[in-house]
Amino acid sequence: MSPRGALTLFTVLALLSGCDDMTVQPKAGAWSPEATLVTPPQDTVAWGDAALKPPPLTLALLQRGQQRFRIDCTPCHSELGDGNGMVVQRGFPAPPSYHIDRLRQAPTQHFYDVMTDGYGAMYSFAGRVSPPDRWAIAAYIRALQLSQHPPATAVQTSR
Amino acid sequence: MAAIFSPAANLAAKLGLIGAAGLVLGGMSWWWLWPRTDYVRHNSWFVEQPVPFSHQHHVAGLGIDCRFCHTTVETAGDAGMPPTYTCMTCHSQVWTNAAMLAPVRESLANNTPIPWRRVTDLPDYVYFNHKIHIAKGVGCESCHGTMQDMPLSQKARSLTMGFCLNCHRDPAPNLRPPEAIYDTDWQRTPDTPSPAALAQQYHVGGRTLTDCSICHR
Ligand code: HEC
Ligand code: HEC
Ligand code: HEC
Ligand code: HEC
Ligand code: HEC
Ligand code: HEC
Repeated sequence: MSPRGALTLFTVLALLSGCDDMTVQPKAGAWSPEATLVTPPQDTVAWGDAALKPPPLTLALLQRGQQRFRIDCTPCHSELGDGNGMVVQRGFPAPPSYHIDRLRQAPTQHFYDVMTDGYGAMYSFAGRVSPPDRWAIAAYIRALQLSQHPPATAVQTSR
Repeated sequence: MAAIFSPAANLAAKLGLIGAAGLVLGGMSWWWLWPRTDYVRHNSWFVEQPVPFSHQHHVAGLGIDCRFCHTTVETAGDAGMPPTYTCMTCHSQVWTNAAMLAPVRESLANNTPIPWRRVTDLPDYVYFNHKIHIAKGVGCESCHGTMQDMPLSQKARSLTMGFCLNCHRDPAPNLRPPEAIYDTDWQRTPDTPSPAALAQQYHVGGRTLTDCSICHR
């Protein structure tokens, strides 16, 4: 390299070294104020949050429902659905058991709506549970109810 | 012939040499060692938060899953911070008068987010993504330490480039079964599938994870 070329290269590099090291860039992240807004701006709909028809009942749906139920609902409703979760034991008002007659006769849509809109002391889960997951959880609550009140025909006596 | 140097010159020369060596050593540690210290990397620093939120209390004590609050950790690059609404799901009814929680109630009343301060922070020129790590069986503990035992969050791993590469060279021994990903106290037991079996289960391997473009894109 000619001395003149070397000098140019050196000058350019020396000037570039003064540039910002890009450690802080104006990207949106989990910390941006708009990401943690307490309530979203008026008339916004969460991405992918359109109303949805109930999906067909499959084993995969129930397993997904069980996983989501254990994340979002057990703190209050407990794994059994009897409404005696850990947070209730620390003083949260007790929710009704899923195994009472009124809730066993309620349409599955009711569970979906409770998650979307909240119910009494229970806050809405619309921002945390996506619509497909809401159907999965609703299906799993149905399964929980069946587990506590199995129809007579499904119970086999062992000899 | 008279001596050119007086005896004192010996001392001066020695001091000069020692000084030069000290300068080189000091310069090297300032350049090389100092930026790697826990102090500069904020390792094990407790970060003063507007509300003294305790993972120990909420996760280990109450058994709340990480995903109750960090909702997008399996679906997006960002793990996501819980909005005030999430806290108020419970704190509208429990500990409603605690002074400690006043900033949370004010945040809801005024519709201003709680200004959580960062504990782990990569430089923005590094691309990081939670989803792929969770999907491939890397537990939260590998990068964040035992969160569920922390009364206040602290940075548990250095998160230097060397740290990331250490695992990327051979991820298999760091993978865990799906049910252990969120349990930061999990330990390998004799029943745990072998690293090779886990790597196969998650289809890990066959990619060069140390390419610069994986993390600098
Ligand atoms: C913070 C505690 C808490 C959590 C978490 C919670 N709930 Fe509730 N839930 C309640 C309380 C309290 C009630 C009773 C509300 C009332 O009657 O005022 C309730 C009531 C209900 C009801 C019955 C409504 C009726 O008709 O009586 C359903 C169904 C329900 N919750 C479903 C869910 C599902 C599904 C989830 C998980 C996505 C969930 N809940 C998470 C506290 C909670
Ligand atoms: C009840 C809600 C809640 C639950 C459950 C929860 N977190 Fe957090 N997490 C928070 C809040 C609030 C902060 C911000 C305050 C802080 O840094 O302690 C936070 C901060 C963090 C941070 C530091 C982020 C940063 O860089 O500043 C990590 C890492 C983290 N949580 C991991 C976890 C893991 C792992 C779990 C599950 C074992 C978990 N969290 C469960 C609410 C929660
Ligand atoms: C699922 C319910 C639930 C959620 C969500 C929740 N908390 Fe709590 N929190 C509790 C309960 C219950 C206690 C009381 C613990 C006890 O009595 O042992 C508590 C206690 C606290 C305390 C008291 C001090 C302590 O002992 O830790 C603080 C501060 C606190 N929570 C902050 C928060 C913040 C901030 C959030 C939102 C990121 C949050 N909590 C979300 C249930 C919850
Ligand atoms: C492979 C390493 C790694 C794993 C595994 C990991 N994290 Fe992180 N996490 C990071 C890094 C790096 C950051 C900082 C990201 C940044 O600065 O952009 C971070 C940031 C966070 C934050 C702050 C918010 C954000 O999205 O920046 C939370 C909360 C968090 N992690 C929770 C979790 C939880 C919960 C798990 C387990 C389900 C987990 N992390 C697993 C490396 C990891
Ligand atoms: C404990 C192990 C471990 C650690 C620590 C770790 N990674 Fe990873 N990383 C993985 C595994 C496993 C994959 C998935 C590889 C695959 O797809 O086969 C991955 C994938 C990635 C990918 C996605 C690659 C792609 O194109 O899909 C990025 C980006 C990444 N890691 C960045 C980081 C950064 C930045 C750090 C340091 C903060 C880090 N990782 C720390 C294990 C780790
Ligand atoms: C697994 C992810 C990963 C890969 C692969 C990776 N890096 Fe990095 N790199 C990082 C992280 C994380 C940092 C930030 C470290 C810190 O916080 O100082 C970094 C920082 C750097 C820096 C800035 C160092 C400083 O002190 O300012 C350079 C230069 C760099 N990387 C070059 C490279 C090159 C060249 C390659 C390819 C050989 C590469 N990186 C591959 C994760 C990665």
